[in-house]
Amino acid sequence: MYRYDSFDGAIVAQRVSQFRDQTRRFLAGELTEDEFRPLRLQNGLYIQKYAPMLRVAAPYGLLSSRQLRTLAHIGRKYDRGYGHFTTRQNIQFNWPQLADVPDILAELAEVEMHAIQTSGNCIRNVTSDHFAGVAGDELIDPRPYAELIRQWSTFHPEFAYLPRKFKIAVSAATDDRAATLVHDIGIQAVRDAGGDTGFRVLAGGGLGRTPIIGHVIREFLPRAEVLNYLDAILRVYNRFGRRDNKHKARIKILVKELTPEVFTREVEAEWARLEGGPGTVPDAEIERIAAFFVPPRYERLPGDDASFRAAVADNRAFSNWVKRNVFPHKVPGYAAVTLSLKKTGVPPGDATSDQMDAVADLADAYTFGEVRVSHEQNLIFADVRQSALLALWGELKDLGFATPNIGLLTNIVCCPGGDFCSLANAKSIPIAEAIQRRFDDLDYLHDIGELDLNISGCMNACGHHHVGHIGILGVDKNGAEWYQVSIGGTQGSAAALGKVIGPSFAANEMPDVIARLIDVYIERRHNDERFIDTVQRLGVEAFKERVYVSTH
Amino acid sequence: MSQLIKHRGVVEDDWTLLRDAVSLADVPASGSVLVPVALWLSARDALIARGDVGLWLHPGDDPAIIAGDLAQLLVVAVDFPQFTDGRGYSTARLLRDRYGFKGELRAIGDVLRDQLYYLQQVGFDAFAIRVDRGAEGALKGLDDFAGTYAPTVPEPRPRFRRRIEGPGDVWFPGA
Ligand code: SF4
Repeated sequence: MYRYDSFDGAIVAQRVSQFRDQTRRFLAGELTEDEFRPLRLQNGLYIQKYAPMLRVAAPYGLLSSRQLRTLAHIGRKYDRGYGHFTTRQNIQFNWPQLADVPDILAELAEVEMHAIQTSGNCIRNVTSDHFAGVAGDELIDPRPYAELIRQWSTFHPEFAYLPRKFKIAVSAATDDRAATLVHDIGIQAVRDAGGDTGFRVLAGGGLGRTPIIGHVIREFLPRAEVLNYLDAILRVYNRFGRRDNKHKARIKILVKELTPEVFTREVEAEWARLEGGPGTVPDAEIERIAAFFVPPRYERLPGDDASFRAAVADNRAFSNWVKRNVFPHKVPGYAAVTLSLKKTGVPPGDATSDQMDAVADLADAYTFGEVRVSHEQNLIFADVRQSALLALWGELKDLGFATPNIGLLTNIVCCPGGDFCSLANAKSIPIAEAIQRRFDDLDYLHDIGELDLNISGCMNACGHHHVGHIGILGVDKNGAEWYQVSIGGTQGSAAALGKVIGPSFAANEMPDVIARLIDVYIERRHNDERFIDTVQRLGVEAFKERVYVSTH
Repeated sequence: MSQLIKHRGVVEDDWTLLRDAVSLADVPASGSVLVPVALWLSARDALIARGDVGLWLHPGDDPAIIAGDLAQLLVVAVDFPQFTDGRGYSTARLLRDRYGFKGELRAIGDVLRDQLYYLQQVGFDAFAIRVDRGAEGALKGLDDFAGTYAPTVPEPRPRFRRRIEGPGDVWFPGA
């Protein structure tokens, strides 16, 4: 993974000093709340319902075992012994004290970490494919470009006070695991007719209050131009994005109001002035960064491991786990493993400090000392020898991270919701748990097959409910917590937004509602159809009828 | 009167900011003045004849409207009604990078210590610190960071160029 040079380290250290001084001035009354707010937000610090919340960046989801141990330590020393992994590959601490935050940032800086631009109206932590470098379907490794963009966006002086937050995702694989279609900017590696690698650029996607699938504004961008083009998009947005209404301030509204054609013209005109200029990225810089992401020292293995295959054949529980939580690797004899942070009864994405330490140890023992955070709020070991999978499975079971549910209904993506978040309309964690309990029969769960269920506690959509095959949204009805259900959303390369099935439900109705949706699917599915396929074939009506017939 | 930071020090500001002037009648007969851009556009020749003149832009003004006049202007100011309104940062870059403005580029309005570093990087070289805040303390804000990655006005070479071309990527705390 990328390691800081003296400059990278120096500016992160300076950021800590700067924020320490800002915090001191705020506590001394020299900065007002309004003046301090944007400053603390640009350091990941929210004031939440009960306490501040600190969001720490894991750049494009990568963590070393050493960094994970530091996170565990921070959870223990400054929080209540746990952290929450988010849908944007970051980690949040829910209970730090404001006055401690400069010390936390200083401890993070020691392991080349920070909370820079993890919130606020600026360019946020760039996200990417959690299987980068190991997936068989990737055109190039997206990480050098994600790192290049991380650096460019860090303290970019022109874009620190944007109309609204700004999220960039990079994907370089056929299967888009980075949700590039629902980001402010999505960058997809593509090859042109001449075989040159460059990028397709999308803009104006996003979830939230006004969910929109991003528009392709450039089919092929030469790779050296990536930062110039980003500058052009951001400049158009910074100048013309709406600032009169925070609900209309995202770039997607600008793209919509101008029309994608006009927006694209503006960007292209701006880019024409920047093209070939100082921001053009020389291959030498990409090579410098790429050198940090060279493949680790894999053993030369003949192919699928025989003992592994035998274990799959005679251990049903193991084979279930392999089927769901193990992902093929491009190197023979290796596999990528997802650690499920979706065990029933534990808030989705949460891990205790003890668990983080244990995961760090396992990462050292079973992989190359590296852990990844996925946008589905799970952790990943990208490089495990197949021959070690059985042993690893045993260890993960002891830790509670071996629930064989990746891609299944109980792998619920869920925001912190009303238990923590001051913006929430409704709680989300207890809904996730009630649904997980309802579907606790593993055979049934596996029979239902692939299903993405996403829950957001309000329309900010941190749980990405619009792109869940089933999406649940917390709504407020006269001060009471209700839940609106949509179906038919998908993430990935064919991302689509779900459709609301009808009036919302009370919390205690939710497990039944989900069960009825599943009943319709089980009764009417064709052979190999997934839930989402059946929804697409039948339409929303068939599901709606069943759900509302006896509850209303 | 606000305190002005210039050349890394606090200086006496001998320019009068005319926020509400709508016609030449509102402009004092002598002394250096910063007029609203609308007045400049309507009375350019008279103002040039008068001498000692600059103008100020609203955050939403397109700097292209004064691109042809920049040689006549000693000072261009950009207003920040709230420091969170970041449009002026792009205005500054366009004035410097695209239109080649070489005069004083001044940030006015809600201008505070914690934004000075970024303001300086996009090309501002004068900062009218909000009247209720001390400019001496704000001076420190100019040195918050050793640099950025992206190209800036004072240092148009992005960090990666300096990494390749050297020197400049070694930074010693306290230096
Ligand atoms: S979706 Fe709403 S409730 Fe959930 S974390 Fe985001 S802002 Fe908070």
